[in-house]
Amino acid sequence: MSDEEDIILRDLNDNDLVDQIKDDLYDGLKDEVFEGVEILLERKWEANLILSDVLVEAMRIVGIDFRDGILFVPEVLQCAGAMKGGMGQLRPILAASDAQTSVGKFVIGTVKGDIHDIGKNLVGMMLEGAGFEVIDLGINNPVENYLAAIDEHKPDILGMSALLTTTMPYMGLVIEELDKRNILKELPVMVGGAPLNQEFADAINAHSYGRDAAMSAEMARTIIGKNS
Amino acid sequence: MSAQRHKCLIIACGALAKEIVYLRRHLGVADEALTLKCLPAEFHNTPQKIAPGVEALLKEHRKHYDRVLVAYGECGTGGALDTLLKQYDAERLPGAHCYEFFAGAAQFEQIVEAEIGSFFLTDYLVKNFDRLVIKGLGLDRYPELTSVYFNNYKQVVYLAQNEDEALKQKALGAARQLDLDFLYKRVGYGDLATELEAFVQEEGLCGSAHKDQQTRQLKTKDEDHVSC
Repeated sequence: MSDEEDIILRDLNDNDLVDQIKDDLYDGLKDEVFEGVEILLERKWEANLILSDVLVEAMRIVGIDFRDGILFVPEVLQCAGAMKGGMGQLRPILAASDAQTSVGKFVIGTVKGDIHDIGKNLVGMMLEGAGFEVIDLGINNPVENYLAAIDEHKPDILGMSALLTTTMPYMGLVIEELDKRNILKELPVMVGGAPLNQEFADAINAHSYGRDAAMSAEMARTIIGKNS
Repeated sequence: MSAQRHKCLIIACGALAKEIVYLRRHLGVADEALTLKCLPAEFHNTPQKIAPGVEALLKEHRKHYDRVLVAYGECGTGGALDTLLKQYDAERLPGAHCYEFFAGAAQFEQIVEAEIGSFFLTDYLVKNFDRLVIKGLGLDRYPELTSVYFNNYKQVVYLAQNEDEALKQKALGAARQLDLDFLYKRVGYGDLATELEAFVQEEGLCGSAHKDQQTRQLKTKDEDHVSC
């Protein structure tokens, strides 16, 4: 989507600028996205509108094209880096804004034995973009970490991620533990990761399976009743 | 005897082709008694392509062979490979990944237990590091993604099949490129040799060709640890 001519972002009207930021995010142009967001803020756009209608929307398209095999992991990571830059500008504004309230709390973490967090981080970013307060437990989490985080943060949803076939069964173990403690009936558990599928999620009694980052964020909103 | 001998097929990851050809010769098995067909080693980075790739070969060739060994680990297929193999009455090598059966399950577990952030290389992966890792992950185009991919890794573990100083130096260079420590372990052919030997003995394929005399060099132990 790159044009040969340099585009002066400040010369664009709002609609064209929004389209250009989306194109730039798709192309993974971090500095350009940063500048575009800065201009929208100067034009008194609300931070949450920039987040949802520009950055998240652009990342949603990235997610679709990744699913369809048009974009590959390195390109998606470039896009994510560009989105992160834009979100970095918005986060303090959103945090300081009285009007901005989280739609829900989402605790997320990669399971024990697994150090892979690229997918989890993408999901976390999309969840944040969808209005969730995200508590990220990082990688290699034993069941105790999930239990402690549930106790401390009282999340609306728990998310678990795994990249390895050898570590994905651990999700089932965490879910069993939640069930034993009567937490599961109150707390929806979403699972995701490259080797997973719906069949596996059903087999371990997970509430939902997040196939990709954008879809996970959509599902999370549906679970808490924000997508009706 | 030779007229009664079973016809067997190995469907292998291209990353194991050279090793299997060597072991077949070393075990004294004639090429025509144990046919080898390979799939692209690039599937290492796209495990969702493994089961369909294996299935295409099984569809075409299964009926022509008495027994089929699939020289893959689980390799991140999320159970798809095992489901497929049941369907076609074929079997695969034990373990999650090729580096696990090269190291042997116990040693592999020991390495991961000591350092969960271990990134494994084999002879093949060292030789093809630029193509499979650097280009495969898009680091040739986006070197800044190195920290995104390898942030949680601490060391490169080179599980060497053969003693080769040039490869060892290349693996050390790879570790330096990724800014990780380097652990060298000469493991030989590990469970690949054991499993293949058991397979050809069960099928009575041994001695169908002249046996190589270097057998006992298949499993060995040497170790170096370098902090980069």
